[in-house]
Amino acid sequence: MSTAMKNIQASYAFMERNANLVKRYWAWEIVWLVYSIANSLSVSFIGLGMEALSGAEANVNGRYLVLYLVIGTLVWRYLTTIFYWITEVISIERWEGTIEYTLMAPINRAVHMAGQTIFAVVYGLFFTGVIMAVTVMIFDVDLTNANLMGALLMLISGSLSFIGISIMFSVLPLLFPERGAQMTHIVVAVLMLVSGVYYPIEVLPDFLQAISVISPATYVLDGVRLAILEGASTNTLWPYVWPVLLMGIVAIPIGLKVFGLAEKYAKRTGKLARNG
Amino acid sequence: MQSNNVIIVDQVIKKFGKNQKAGLWTQIRKRFGRSGIDGAKANQSKPSKNGKKKEVLAVNKVSFEVGNNEVFGVLGPNGSGKSTLIRLLATLLLPDEGKITIMGFDPETHPMQVQEKINRVSVEASFFKKLSPMENLIYGARLYGKGGKETREEIVKILTRLGLEKNNIYRPMEEMSRGMQQKVAIARALLSKPEILLLDEPTTGLDPVSKREVQAVIRELVENDGTTILLTTHDMFEADILCNRVAIMHKGKIIALDTPEELKKTVSSGNGKETTLEDVFIHLTGDKLREHAE
Repeated sequence: MSTAMKNIQASYAFMERNANLVKRYWAWEIVWLVYSIANSLSVSFIGLGMEALSGAEANVNGRYLVLYLVIGTLVWRYLTTIFYWITEVISIERWEGTIEYTLMAPINRAVHMAGQTIFAVVYGLFFTGVIMAVTVMIFDVDLTNANLMGALLMLISGSLSFIGISIMFSVLPLLFPERGAQMTHIVVAVLMLVSGVYYPIEVLPDFLQAISVISPATYVLDGVRLAILEGASTNTLWPYVWPVLLMGIVAIPIGLKVFGLAEKYAKRTGKLARNG
Repeated sequence: MQSNNVIIVDQVIKKFGKNQKAGLWTQIRKRFGRSGIDGAKANQSKPSKNGKKKEVLAVNKVSFEVGNNEVFGVLGPNGSGKSTLIRLLATLLLPDEGKITIMGFDPETHPMQVQEKINRVSVEASFFKKLSPMENLIYGARLYGKGGKETREEIVKILTRLGLEKNNIYRPMEEMSRGMQQKVAIARALLSKPEILLLDEPTTGLDPVSKREVQAVIRELVENDGTTILLTTHDMFEADILCNRVAIMHKGKIIALDTPEELKKTVSSGNGKETTLEDVFIHLTGDKLREHAE
């Protein structure tokens, strides 16, 4: 068997395994989906709430606000789904006790991550699609002028940079077996704060706005909002697409290098052994 | 003879825990007479006064060679360093000092070349508990470049050979007994057709019938496939009947290494009966027993 075929087979191993895990943990998947839908709806209702609280004379466009917040919740759900599937590459296996078997298999870490990543993107798109369908139905959102393909392109482009960041931070559970998985939540919280998930970044203090420039989520959110709220053509999204592509091209190799170094450190200090 | 050795372990040392002698804070404490270092107990994992674990010398200048198609046993009490040694050979740990060569490759510099030739069965059968044996094994097989209908058929064949009933192959692992899970772990290792198989207490927890089935599989692997086996076990009878040579480890060191027959010649059973490997083991490692008796 050629090396390329072996690599495809190995990458597929992670996709198939994750699909089997989703299938076997179906009850949990439903719970998570209901939670995500409820979360998305409750945030989006703030738009209508603002309209009601401000009164008719304030002329607040509640429908626009709802769609603004819906986009925030959906994009954020998609990006964090990718983030958690990748950062949990170690913690899931440590929990199950299979980490040593996976890491002693003769596969390149890039092949390993590719399998995990492809699954994360497909799962993320499906999961977010279901939440979007329910949300759009409940709020009776009008998407006739939205450039949905442009928004999808923006999301997929943004995935690359999030993949790189996720690989970098997936080393936390490797280096800190007891609390590493929880540490990844800090990264998500900071990115959420600075990226303008539920508000324009212009409302942030200057120092947070400066940080928002290096967050790929900032560009993804701006690009998707432009495509859906303004119906901007795909060509006009390029100023938002290229920064996230560039971040991905830089972040993925750095992430793999960081993971390689962390793996070596874990093998040196004996941190691979299971706990839990 | 040297060229026939597929595993060469040369003066390997593996330590765990914080090397307190190197720590700045410890040096400061030492200067003021408050150091937690206790050189006499440096190989113990007892926490020091500041709550940090002391350095543990898990493998201490271990050297041995394993010949092609040999069954090499490693015996030792709990905590003697057997599993650490297996992890070092399996590329899961890196040695602090010394050198390991597996089929001509250094696991540290050429891990993938080593990983292609080895596999391991550990004492705890580690699987995705919600997944079935088939789902777990097809995942494991794909990591080694296998897959498809043929592999699925092979999985069924190996599992039934190991005594697993067909209806159990598609049930979640969590519904199975420890013995059944251990058989699936052995099947996982066999699927990749390793040239060297590292078996870390593979029969622990198995009933006598299952134990014999596993032992028969080990013999078949050696006789039919030419596999080299490194086996750790607490079952002295198993070591006696399966191993060409046996090393006895104690406190991280190899304290005896020979064929079971030669080892048995070194000790008297003390009860007039024929000396067993267990007599040798207790004679060489039973210092705690003696301390308690005193």
